Amino acid sequence: MIELITNLTASVGFMDWWDGFWSTYNTVIFSLGVNAMLALSIYITLSCGLLSLANAAFMGIGAYTAALISMQTGLPFPAALALGGALPALVALIIGIPTLRLSGVYLAMATLGFGEVVRVIVLNMDITGGPLGLNGIPLKTEWWHIVLLLALTLYILARIRRSKIGRAFEAIKEDEVAARLMGINVAGYKLLAFVIGAAIAGVAGGLNAHYTFTIGPGNYAFENAVEILTMAVFGGTSTLIGPTLGGMILTLLPEALRDFNSYRAVVNGLILVLVILYLPKGIWDPRRLRAFFQRKPQAGGNN
Amino acid sequence: MLQLKNISKNFGGLQVLQDVNFNVPQGGIFGLIGPNGAGKTTVFNLITGLLRASDGAIEFDGQDIGKVAPHKITERGIARTFQNIRVFKEMSLLENVVVGMHDHMHYGFGSLLLNLGGFRKIEAQARERALELLSWVRLDHKAQMLADSLSYGEQRKLEFARALATKPKLLLLDEPVAGMNPAEKTELMTEILNIKQRGFSIFMIEHDMRFVMGLCDRIAVLNFGRIIAEGSPDQIKNNQEVIEAYLGKEDAE
Repeated sequence: MIELITNLTASVGFMDWWDGFWSTYNTVIFSLGVNAMLALSIYITLSCGLLSLANAAFMGIGAYTAALISMQTGLPFPAALALGGALPALVALIIGIPTLRLSGVYLAMATLGFGEVVRVIVLNMDITGGPLGLNGIPLKTEWWHIVLLLALTLYILARIRRSKIGRAFEAIKEDEVAARLMGINVAGYKLLAFVIGAAIAGVAGGLNAHYTFTIGPGNYAFENAVEILTMAVFGGTSTLIGPTLGGMILTLLPEALRDFNSYRAVVNGLILVLVILYLPKGIWDPRRLRAFFQRKPQAGGNN
Repeated sequence: MLQLKNISKNFGGLQVLQDVNFNVPQGGIFGLIGPNGAGKTTVFNLITGLLRASDGAIEFDGQDIGKVAPHKITERGIARTFQNIRVFKEMSLLENVVVGMHDHMHYGFGSLLLNLGGFRKIEAQARERALELLSWVRLDHKAQMLADSLSYGEQRKLEFARALATKPKLLLLDEPVAGMNPAEKTELMTEILNIKQRGFSIFMIEHDMRFVMGLCDRIAVLNFGRIIAEGSPDQIKNNQEVIEAYLGKEDAE
């Protein structure tokens, strides 16, 4: 009897602790999945050899689309999310045709320019709330929505990787001319990668808008574009695990560094620099990991 | 099979090719030779659609391919290798060859997403075929290795296998033995003869005279953007103009 009571109070204690923890940290926990999706959205263009920095803008288009649908129409949440993915994909299709002819830094500059155009348009439109952004977006995102959509994203990307589409992306990344002469429609596949990336970023934006309550044009600007790229590069872009991990770790890092108070950003930046310097292929580099684990038993054998 | 009719190409004011005419017949090995800078690789770049001719027409199997996109030309049955080898170094040998089969793998996006039987069957067949092509150039035992780990001569052979994966009617080889040592040259000669024996038509550009004379059934000579001779290896060997182009003119005494 006494045991039962202590158990109960313990579990009540735990529930209290959990409730407190959840209400403090639920946006961080949600962001783990959303940022992983964003990192994956840039992974797909990188896997095709394209350095596109438009993903923050696509995320913004998706976020505003989904939020406005939820606030102004009676459409259900899944429809809002689907349109939040579809509109950025459509925009990507339209702007991709002229811009994807560019390569390297020129494409990066053009896509950054596009991001700026989107930001200024959003800033000046009435329906988007201008500089104030949108407030009072219904909190519809549940944790399992994020888990489900992240899993779906990973599944689709994994299937693509193992198909002729994934091989075409890789061939284009390695040698565009050789890929073209293998019968690969290079422009078409680049556009496909760009559109898939935009759709993923858009859905991530839609999910994000429905747990943050408020969004504004500043949420999808230059720094965010760079942050998305950093997450993917930090994690490593040779596998799907890399960007997923990168997105999650860089979400947690600022929280874990709270003790450094005002030096937080400095330490955060330092860690990034160190990883880029010493792990140029990101923290998840299968070849390096394999080499690391194979070296150990050998060293033991020699002793 | 392949016909170049009055082809000219200018890069700005520089005339690289002038009124080039020749015919690559079906079957056998056709060679295009000429000194450095004669415009040989430009001819290949025009045929494969990487460049557009300034004037003239290119016909393949009786159809004009002068304005067709490169990947569509591959689809029509012209494959090529490159003077400076361009294998996909971060891929395995097998993957390199499977990339070449891109046009011949037909499955829908749904089949791909759900990993349906159709998808699995086509992927498995492609791998099987790729292994077979690698065995043609005797690289099948290295199928899972990265292309980067191959020697120069082996990378060239991988390029052959990858080009053959596109199911070409005509195979263009751009200086296949450039930079190879004598042993590699002999081996590549055997490989090229093997490919010919399997019924592929071959059109090669080459520098190495002995190699060309030993392999080709018919040769055209390009000098300063013009065809100066065309004929059998023996005819070419004894052609005065060709000798002058390669060795220079003797002073008249």
